[in-house]
Amino acid sequence: MTLDVAKGAALVFVAVIVQVTLLSDINVSHGAPNLVLVVLVSVALLRGTIYGAAAGFAAGLVVDTATLQTLGVSSLLLTLAGYWIGRYGETTGRDRTHAPFLSVGVVTVLYSLGALILHYMLGDPASAQRVLIEALPFALLFNLALTLPVYALCRRIFMPPPSGLEEVRLLG
Amino acid sequence: MASVLVLLSIALITVYFRESSGGGLHQVQSAGATVLRPFEIGANRVAQPFRDAYGYFAGLVHAKSQNDKLRAELDRLRQQQTQNLSAASENATLRGLLRFVKSPSFPAGYSYVGAHIIVQSAGDFGQQVVIDAGATSGVRNFDPVVSPDGLVGTITKTEHNVSQVTLLTDETSAVSAVDARTQAPGIIQEGPAGMSFNRVTKDQRVNSGDLLITSGWKTPTLSSIYPPGIPIGRVTFVGQNEVDFYKHVQLQLFANFQSLSSVLVLVPKHR
Repeated sequence: MTLDVAKGAALVFVAVIVQVTLLSDINVSHGAPNLVLVVLVSVALLRGTIYGAAAGFAAGLVVDTATLQTLGVSSLLLTLAGYWIGRYGETTGRDRTHAPFLSVGVVTVLYSLGALILHYMLGDPASAQRVLIEALPFALLFNLALTLPVYALCRRIFMPPPSGLEEVRLLG
Repeated sequence: MASVLVLLSIALITVYFRESSGGGLHQVQSAGATVLRPFEIGANRVAQPFRDAYGYFAGLVHAKSQNDKLRAELDRLRQQQTQNLSAASENATLRGLLRFVKSPSFPAGYSYVGAHIIVQSAGDFGQQVVIDAGATSGVRNFDPVVSPDGLVGTITKTEHNVSQVTLLTDETSAVSAVDARTQAPGIIQEGPAGMSFNRVTKDQRVNSGDLLITSGWKTPTLSSIYPPGIPIGRVTFVGQNEVDFYKHVQLQLFANFQSLSSVLVLVPKHR
């Protein structure tokens, strides 16, 4: 469990650093890839609600700290995202092939909508047209493109070690 | 657990939003940013070559797109320049025609119809052009056609809005002309050796450089289709031998048929 937390923390931390230093430069019609969100969705799908919510909260804190944005905004959104995707993974989604893509797609849309509402409530300049019409389609495409490699990486990192008590099928 | 984190986030937002920029959370954030800074710098250094490469290729794409735009603009400007040159050339031609109309050499008793050449001569089977003026403009068969330089030909077919002009260079064309200086008469025709001033008897005086103009002869029953005094060309060669009845006179036409674009059809005022 401790190893899992350490792995998750490292993964989220690297994702945030890559996001704020490299990926934010990629900008098509204000839409940029959100690696943190994709990593969070992958982790939450693989590890469940508590892990997803905690990872989201931590990732949000680091993002807001690095970008000097209002502390707590990203945490709130990513906590909710981590929790819901974790719940989806725990109930039905974990073993389905389309689950990561569906989760990333839905979360990207809801995250943009939630961020828009939160920033609007905080009095920040928030243009619904820019966020939802101009930026969202490209952000969605970028995130879906990141989903396959990121999910595969996360699956590899969080794969449980072989215990020696593997399931066997009895013949006869 | 999740609800605790959500509440904690809301509390963070509230406190951060309400406190001053020197408040506790701001200071924590500042400290956190300071801690993160080396990682960001490190990541930036690692990413810089990739960013440079991306910038290089993005610059190439941008340059290619800009190149395409500039090429398109260059093509457009070339077309515009061609149109301008054409307009300038047409303007010069029309000015020349206007000068000719207002000059004393414009034949009395004639009005004019300006026309553009819309179909050029086929070349192999006759020297004809088609102009954009026809019967509705008052043009009739055998009306003379001139340019500011001189005689061009005559109308040989007339339709409603177009007419056919047979040029002087056509083998079927023949124009009664005189030497403007000596009044030596003859007929200008296209021959095997080029444009010739034929039927000039040996007793007539014709010299190289003489100006040839239409004679515009008239009898009680017949008359030339060309009014008198229209410049046709200049004598370039004069020769004779003892066998022939006539002199051998060659001339250079004034009208430049290669660049002809606008002409005047001379229409008799009293037809």
